[in-house]
This record gives sequence, structure tokens and C-alpha cells, in this order.
Amino acid sequence: MAKALHQRPLPLVALSTGFVILWVLLAAFPFVWTAWGSFKVEADFFSRTDWMNAIFGPKTLQQTGGTFTGDAYEAAWIQQGFWKAVLNTSIVVVAVVTISLTFGTLGGYALARSGFRYTFWLLIAALIFRAMPHVTLVSGYLLPFFEMNIWGYLPTTIIVLVAINQPFTLWMLHSFFMTIPKDLDESALVDGCTRFQAFRLAVIPVMWPGVVTTGLFSFLLAYNDFTVTSMLLTQENQTMVPKIASFLGSTQQEGKVMLAVSAAVSAMAPLFVLVMVFQRQIVSGLTAGAVKG
Amino acid sequence: MPHRTFLAFIWPSLLAMVLFIAIPILSVGYQSLFVEHPQMMTEVESCGPFGCKTERRVDAAAMSELRAESPMGRYNGMGTYTNPSHLAFDEVGAAWRGSESFGQFLRLVMNLPFYKALFFTLAYTFIVTPLVIVLGFCIAIAVNTVSARLKGPVIFFSLLPMIVTPLIGALVLFWMIDARGVIGATLQQVFNDPQLSLKASPTLTWVTLFVYGVWHSAPFAFVVFYAGLQTVPQDTLESAMVDGASRWERIRFVTIPYLMPLATFIALMQLMDNFRVFEPIIGFSAEANATSLSYLIYSDLRSGDFPLFGSAAASSILTIGGVVILLTPVLIRTWREFKRKG
Repeated sequence: MAKALHQRPLPLVALSTGFVILWVLLAAFPFVWTAWGSFKVEADFFSRTDWMNAIFGPKTLQQTGGTFTGDAYEAAWIQQGFWKAVLNTSIVVVAVVTISLTFGTLGGYALARSGFRYTFWLLIAALIFRAMPHVTLVSGYLLPFFEMNIWGYLPTTIIVLVAINQPFTLWMLHSFFMTIPKDLDESALVDGCTRFQAFRLAVIPVMWPGVVTTGLFSFLLAYNDFTVTSMLLTQENQTMVPKIASFLGSTQQEGKVMLAVSAAVSAMAPLFVLVMVFQRQIVSGLTAGAVKG
Repeated sequence: MPHRTFLAFIWPSLLAMVLFIAIPILSVGYQSLFVEHPQMMTEVESCGPFGCKTERRVDAAAMSELRAESPMGRYNGMGTYTNPSHLAFDEVGAAWRGSESFGQFLRLVMNLPFYKALFFTLAYTFIVTPLVIVLGFCIAIAVNTVSARLKGPVIFFSLLPMIVTPLIGALVLFWMIDARGVIGATLQQVFNDPQLSLKASPTLTWVTLFVYGVWHSAPFAFVVFYAGLQTVPQDTLESAMVDGASRWERIRFVTIPYLMPLATFIALMQLMDNFRVFEPIIGFSAEANATSLSYLIYSDLRSGDFPLFGSAAASSILTIGGVVILLTPVLIRTWREFKRKG
């Protein structure tokens, strides 16, 4: 019977396979195309005459002597100082992930283990906070930050991103800690541990899968953020995404758009590696909220 | 867990949220009651080779002194909310009295910046969200039928549009639809119209942004539905088959009802995320034809040499109001469930 359930007529298989292939093309082609084109000169990547130019690169051959060129990368990374933005992004991302996981595990654990009614209200408040458009919060930060003279520095941005990240982190880790049996830490309490010792000795060793998954999403939030980083950082402290946006704003002339293309491809690359390595965790994280409510 | 221990565990997280989410919301509310100082003018006599003339200039020194004294600006009450770039009561009233048909009235109102942005934001939210759910469901059903070996790579590629930085994702598509990019140039050839540009017409810009939105979020719906499909009870499917249900009927009457809670979850997440649509407008340079509420706030904060805090704050409060209205049904439902359980 189970076999009959999974038997499908040939046209249906063909149709669904075709649909899947179409979707994969739609999802992946833009990235492959841009990554390939970033090694060409602008006249090829933006070719009015023939789109095949972007593949074979005749103008690239003419201008640089090879069909592939790293000129755009060199110009962006070295001359325009994109390396500094990469460094800033690394600092911000590492700090945000570490701090928000530390705060989040403690808070999520408390929310999962406390039986009082206010935990419900805290979670609801977190849900509302999660829905706030980030730019509305930024418009609340700017003036006080100017006044306190803390605008423009990386630590300010880091703590803001941690705070914006907290509602989501709390929800996710709360639902994760709900799946860890209460008996585990309660038996530690019976054995004479304090609550914190129970957390450290009994819960921390088994919480890593949930922490890794949550950490991935904290990473993505910090890495992908444009609103906060573009408004709260000075030019020198800019991270990658606002830097790419600034390539666009000031330099729409010939040759300059390739700076943005190569920088965008550079910023995409780590994300691809991330998906490749952590595909399973990302999928389980996306569904965690749905399945566990 | 006693209150004391609970507090000991949660205070760092709580402090961060209070300081950087709750207080900024209050601060935005307070700022929205103020407006920038008026420009202080001075008479400046400038003498050139063709004689002297007096000019009126902005007195920069006096302005900066005034700003240092009261950085919030001057008190304006609800004035910012009702001015032409926000709720524009006077203009809406004039449009109501002055227009002959409802269509004309709507057109006039749509030209006001706030209503224009509100309309786009709502259109984006309520068009993209259902399309994401439908497309995600179709992909999940289709992927579920392909051979198991292909599933890993398919999921890998599917995740890309969602994982990639929204601004970069928008830029990648923007470069492709450029008149000189691969899709833009192909479209011009297909329609044999060298003037065709997806950026020039408002309608096409909107469509482009919607397509981007669906492309960006469909993977999320797909992954959630796909995980849900793995848990659809096989017994029910089998008994439906014994009862003679066709393939479509099995999807319609077993799978879809089973996945309904997941659809609600996706809808909630998508409504929240789509309502704050912002990065694609920057990425597609679409601000001439499409602005969202978030974009309005951003452009106020970016305007000229001094940010328009009052105006941005008023737009923020109105946006937060929108979010609350959007979330109310969810909150009411959660509250009822909670009461029932408690």
C-alpha cells in the first residue's frame, strides 16, 4: 500500500521535475551570473549588443589581455578600502553572535523554566518588538546617540544589533529549552546544585544544537543588516553592506559599477559557504518556530 | 523558579531590550512632538568687482548655537502629524471637496507622500505574502516528488535567495534587469522596443519589487512546508486512497488542512517582514516610483545636512501604529488561547 502511495504517473513526475528545475534556475542563476560577470569588465557584464559577451568576455580580452580579470576586485578591496569594511563586519558579527547568544541562552532558559504568568507577557512583548521596523528604532537612537557622543562607533552598533536580535533569540532558545526535559536540571537541583550550577553542569552540555542554530540566525541578522549599520556608523567604520551601497551612490560612472559588483560577490561568498556547511541547521531553525509553536 | 532567580537569568537580555527597543520607541514618540528650528537668516553684504549687494544667508553660527541649546528643536505638538508630508488633513480635505469622483479623490490622495508610501507598503505586504505561501507550497510539493538524491542540492540552491543579504539580492537582480543587463536587454529584443525599461514606469517598478519580494521569501515558505510535508500522517493518506480519493483530492483534503497551521505561521512572519520593506527600494533605486513607510523615515534621516528628526519620528509612530494594527488579530488569538489554557 505504501508503495502505491508513492507511485506516480510519468507525466506528473516530468511536470514536477520540470518545475523544480525551473525554480532552482530562478533561485541560483542570478548569483551564478553575477559571480561570473564580476570577473569581466563593465562593457562585457553590461553589454547592450549581445548578452553572450558577458560569458565569453571579448572586451575583457581586448582591455586586459585575458578573458578573466580581477581588476574590479583589486580596485574595490585595495584602492577603495573594502578590506576595512570586511574587517569591520567580522568584528561586528563575531561580537553580536557571542553577546546575543550569551544573553539569549540565559534569558531563554529562564523563560522556559519559570512557570509564572509574566513569562507569557514577556514573550508577547518580544513578539511585538520583533515586528518593529528597524528604521523606526534607528530614528529613536540617532538624536540621543549624537547627544551622548557615542554615534559612529562599532561598539554602539554591536550593542544595538544585539538588542534588536534579542526578541528572536529569546523565542528560539525558549522553544528549544522547552524540548530539554525539566528532570535533567531538576535532578541536579535535588543533588544540591544552585540554579546556575544546574544550568552550567546539566543544561549547557546538551544545549549546543539549539545554540548553533540560533547562532546562525544571529549571524545572518548582523551580517545582512543595512538599516542599522548604514545609519549608525561613520564612513571609516562602515561595514560591508553600507560600503557596497556607498559604491552605488557616489559612482555611477563608467567602470565604477564593477566595484559594487565585485564587492557584492565578495560579500555573498561567505554566505554560500555558510549554507553549504550548515544547511541542516538552517532548515531545522526555520521550521523550529513553526512546529513547536 | 523563584522570581529572584528568574530575574538573575533574564536581566541582561531584558536590559538590552528595554534600553534599545522600548526606550527608543518612547523617545520617538517624544521627538515627534518637536520640529526643527526655523532657519536663522542674516544679512550679508558681499562686494565683488561689480559693486556690493546684500544677500540673505542662513546664519550657521547662530543655528548651531541654537541646536546645541535645544537639540530637539521647538515644540510643535501634533503639528508634524497633520502637516502635508504626513497625514495631511488639510490636503485630504481639499481633495475631498475639490474632486468630482472617488477615483479622482484617490488619485489626489495618492500623490501625498505619506499616503503614497502607505499604499505601496500595504500593496507589497498583501500581494507578496499570499504569493509567497502559494509558491512555497508548490515548490515543496514538487520537491517532495523528485528523487531523494536531488533533494540536498535543490534545498541548497533554494535557500540562496533568502540567505543572501537583501540589499545584495536586490542589486543582483537590478543589474540583470538594467537596460544593458541580461534580462533587460533580452526583454527589449523580445518586445522589439529599445526604450523599454523596467525602471521607468511606476507599474513595472512595482511589479519588479513584488517579484523580488516573492523570490526572496518563497524559500522560507518552501522550507517550512517541506518540513511539514514529511510529517503528514501516512495512514490518513492511505485511507483516503482506499476511499478512492484522487491525487489532487488527497492534497486538497488531507495535506492542505494538515499544513494549515504552518501557513498561518508563515503568513504572520511574512506580514511582519514585508511591512517593513526597505532594502529592495534602495537596491532597485525605486524611490521615484515606489516608497515605503520605512523608506520615508530613512530619507528624512538622510535629508540635507541635518536630519529631520521630528518628521522621521512622526512617520515612525504612524508606522508603529500600523504594526500594532497588523498584529492585533494575532495577539487577540494568543490571548484567548492563553486564557483557555490558564
